[in-house]
Order: sequence, then structure tokens, then C-alpha cells
Amino acid sequence: MAATDSSLVLLEADGIALQVGERWLCCEFSLRLAAGECLVLLGPNGAGKTTLLHTLAGLRAPTVGSVGLGGRPYADWDSLAAARFRGLLPQQQPDHFSASVLQTALIGRHPHLGRWGWESAADVAIAQAALAEVGLAELAGRDILSLSGGERQRVSIATLLTQAPRLFLLDEPTNHLDLHYQVAVLELFARLGREGRGVVMVLHDINLATRFADHVILLDGKGGVLAGTREDVLQADHLSRAFDHPIRRLDVDGRTLFIPD
Amino acid sequence: MPRRTSAGFVIAALMLAGVCALAWALSAGDLTIGPGEVFDALFRGAEGMGADVVRELRLPRAVAVFVCGGLLALAGALMQVLLRNPLADPYVLGVSGGAAVGALAAMLAGLSPWAVDGAAFGGALAAMLVVFGLAHGDGSWTQTRLLLTGVIVAAGCGAAVTLMLSLATDTRLQSMLFWLMGDASGASRPWPALVVLVAGLVAVLPVARDLNVLARGETAASALGVRVRRLRYLLYVLASLLTAAAVTLVGSVGFVGLIVPHLVRFVLGNDQRQLLPAALLAGGTLLTLADTAARTVMAPVQLPVGVLTALIGVPVFLFLLSRNPR
Repeated sequence: MAATDSSLVLLEADGIALQVGERWLCCEFSLRLAAGECLVLLGPNGAGKTTLLHTLAGLRAPTVGSVGLGGRPYADWDSLAAARFRGLLPQQQPDHFSASVLQTALIGRHPHLGRWGWESAADVAIAQAALAEVGLAELAGRDILSLSGGERQRVSIATLLTQAPRLFLLDEPTNHLDLHYQVAVLELFARLGREGRGVVMVLHDINLATRFADHVILLDGKGGVLAGTREDVLQADHLSRAFDHPIRRLDVDGRTLFIPD
Repeated sequence: MPRRTSAGFVIAALMLAGVCALAWALSAGDLTIGPGEVFDALFRGAEGMGADVVRELRLPRAVAVFVCGGLLALAGALMQVLLRNPLADPYVLGVSGGAAVGALAAMLAGLSPWAVDGAAFGGALAAMLVVFGLAHGDGSWTQTRLLLTGVIVAAGCGAAVTLMLSLATDTRLQSMLFWLMGDASGASRPWPALVVLVAGLVAVLPVARDLNVLARGETAASALGVRVRRLRYLLYVLASLLTAAAVTLVGSVGFVGLIVPHLVRFVLGNDQRQLLPAALLAGGTLLTLADTAARTVMAPVQLPVGVLTALIGVPVFLFLLSRNPR
């Protein structure tokens, strides 16, 4: 499992379909994500993007089909070994008790430590480097309860970087972030992708998806799934149908933009 | 950041404080017994009235009170993690209410102290099972549902307690009220509860770091490799058993289970590996000090220990809260 092996399949979904209650969120489809690739999940509110992401993270089983991580089904993974291979950025981070920013980031080391292990100086260095990546090095000693929403989101991202998985599963990583950090955070994960990691993320902004995705899965909220390369899926008519709103494509200075009519 | 060594230092300091509190509890009273005499009575088998008072009267009570404080503080810390709610205490899910209903029913029926203890423990277990069954009925189990179920069961128990108090004769009413406020004077058999306390700590220390992760939310914890469902069952059963043991031993002593985990958190932070043993020791120490004060400051009148824990705990808590501005 060498880090340089870019042909390694990090994530594989085989004929999966998801049902919640009586409703089918998506009909059967398959996907493969190799090291170095970025997959974006798009769709309207309530279409099941988070449910799909959690299924890909192995936190719930698909109604039909199977999901495999690094070539093995989730059932064959020990939960801590899986946590060293794939990490999830959840949509909401409930913080009820105070803790320092550094201490929170260090929680990402949990799957790397033994049952009785305590964080070493090396673990602290990893967490500090992660905080520096998201511009929080100065705030390492602050109480998380005193942070703004965008700063807390960056603490969560730093916690995930501290976990250092091969595969990142991100649920709306740009939540609460200002424009600068939206791009900075996505650039960061794009760079990690080029270094041989894999990225799957739920995004709301079609234009950020256009900029960062290799593959796109478009859910329409009625069970329809369109999966393919960025060029195949991100087309004005597909998007208009999925979001139930006319969307127009503009080409400006060699970049493609989608805007709602 | 707490390190293993600094955490060890903190625990050692708290152990020393606990030993000092116990020494005071053994030497203070109508008959003041010096530390040397206490030591001789405990470890050298000394004879005489002073030695008998230490061994037969003060030691069981001091241990009972220390164990009860440790049980409640540990249970409170676990409940706060389980419910992810800073206001949670060991009694919030109705365990003490169930114990009170059992104990008061036994007292009303004029049963022996042994039977009252048994009824209290049985009532606590019954409340634990009822809340678990109702909150878990359809397989799902959310914090809010667990909390609401527990609060409602506790309210029902409170109504039953009030009913029994209004039916009680005057002679029994006094002992019932003392039981409700927490009364250590009858606690002569602390050793089973001590076993529960040690077993509880041994069961929870291996998963202490998992509890830190759980504070990030269930989804994040699952993705970090924590078996969330299993961990929550363990927390619920353990916190309930610890509470049941404490309430059976001394009664529903207030404030320790809510305040001590927060006191420790203010001073040491929220790392459960350090917080849980520290809360146990601090809870035991605080309740030992409060109980010794309760039976000596207005001697021969014995104050209910729960009143003293509130009188000591509330100002300390408010002071630390004001020192930690958000």
C-alpha cells in the first residue's frame, strides 16, 4: 500500500442504492475513487448527499449493494484501522464543553494511539502543523467555545488533518467559511489529492465543484443519480433538472461558470 | 495539555488531600483523637475506647462518605459526557428517584435498615431499566429522548415520594426526610459500595480517551473509530449503577455529582483520562470534609451532609465560574 501508488482504489461502491424510510434517495449506481482523485456530491437540499457520504464512510450500510475501502468491504475493517485510512468531516460540530483548540485538534490522533497511549510530542507537532495549515496556529491555546463559526469549522478541518487519513470524506467543508478560506481549504485538499490522497466532498457551490472536481455525482432528490466525469455531469441542462431551477452556463476567461437564471 | 506525568502528579496530590480529609474525619468529634492514636488504632491494633471509636464508629462512616462522594462525582462526570450536557447530574435520569421510592416504601412499611438498603437499590435499578426501556423502545436512542424520559420518570418518582411523606407518621417522617437529604450516620457497611467504585473506575479508565472523542459528537466519534453505541450503553449502565450504590449507601446527597466534575474541569481541563480519577478523589474528599463539618460544627446537633456540600460547593463553584470568562 505504497503512498506513491496512484492506481490504488481507495473507495469502491458496487451497485449501491439508499432508502430512508419509504423514500429511495438514489437508485443503483457504482463508483470507484483512485488515489489522487476528487469526487464531488451535488444536489438540492434533502437529496441525501450526507446520507450517501456517511454510507461511503462506512457509518451506515447501503440498502442494496456494497461499499469497499482500500479493496476490502467495511465489515472486514477494524474500526480503528478504518479510521487511520479514511476520515470524515461532519457537517455539524457540537461543542458543549470547553477545550483548547490544540487539544481538540489532537483528538484526531485517537486512532493512531494504543488503548493506554497518550499523545506524544510528535502527535502535538502533527496537530500544530495541521492548525498552521488552516491559519489557526496563533489560536492554539484558545477555548473552542470562544471561537466564531468559521474558526470552529477550521478547527474541525485541522482535527481531520491531524487524523491524517488516505481518504478524506468532507461534508460541506466550506460551511461558515469566508471566501478566502473557502478557496484556501479546497486548494489544501486539492494539494493533498495531488500527493496521493483521495477526496470525496459534498458541496453546495456548483462553481467550486467545477473548479475542484474530477468526478461528480449529481442527486436530484427524486431517486435519480447522474455519476460521471466533471465534463459529463456538469452541464446546464443536467443541473437545471436536478435543482429544479433554470441554470445557465457562462465561459469567462477560459473558466466555466454556472449561474441561476 | 495534560501529559501522563502531570496527570499523575495531580492524582497523587488529590490522593494526599483525600488521606488528610479521612484523617481529620477519624480524629474529629466529641472525643478528639490525635493522629498518632488514629494511626495506632488502624494499623497497630491498639486497645481502648479511643481506638474502638475510630475503628467501630468513625472508620465505617468516613469510608462510606468518601466512597459516596467518589461514586457521585464519577457518575456525574459520566452523565455529563453521556448526555453531552453540562447540567446533567447523577440524578437527572431518575435513578435516585427510584431509590427514594424504594427506600421510603420500605420505611413506611417499617422494615429493617437492611431491607431499606435493598429496596433503595432495587428501586434504583428499576428506574434505570424503565428509563432505558422507554428511551430505547424503537431501537433509536437520542440524547434528548433519553433526557426527557429520565426527567419524566424522576418527576413521577418525586410525586410518589411526596405522597409517601404525607402518609407517614411523625416518628417515621424524621428518618425519611434525613434519608432524602443524605444521612451518613447509619452508614455502617461501606465495603460493597467501595468495590462498586473501584470496579467502575477500572471499567471506565480504558475507554477514557474514547469519551474525549465522543465529546466531538457521535458521527465524528464513529468516524474516528469509536464504537459509539456500545460505549453509550456502558456509560449509561455504569453511571446508573454508581449512582444506585451511592444513594443506597448514604442517600440523595445533592450537588457533589453536579459540581465536582465542573470544579475539576475548571482547574484541569476536560481530558477524561485525568478528569475521571480526579473527580472521584475530589468528590470523596469534598464529601468527607462536608460530613465531618456537619457532625462537628454544631455538635451535638448533626446537620444533613447535603446542606454542607451545597454551602461549600456553591460559593467555590461560582468563584471558579467567574474566574473563567468565556
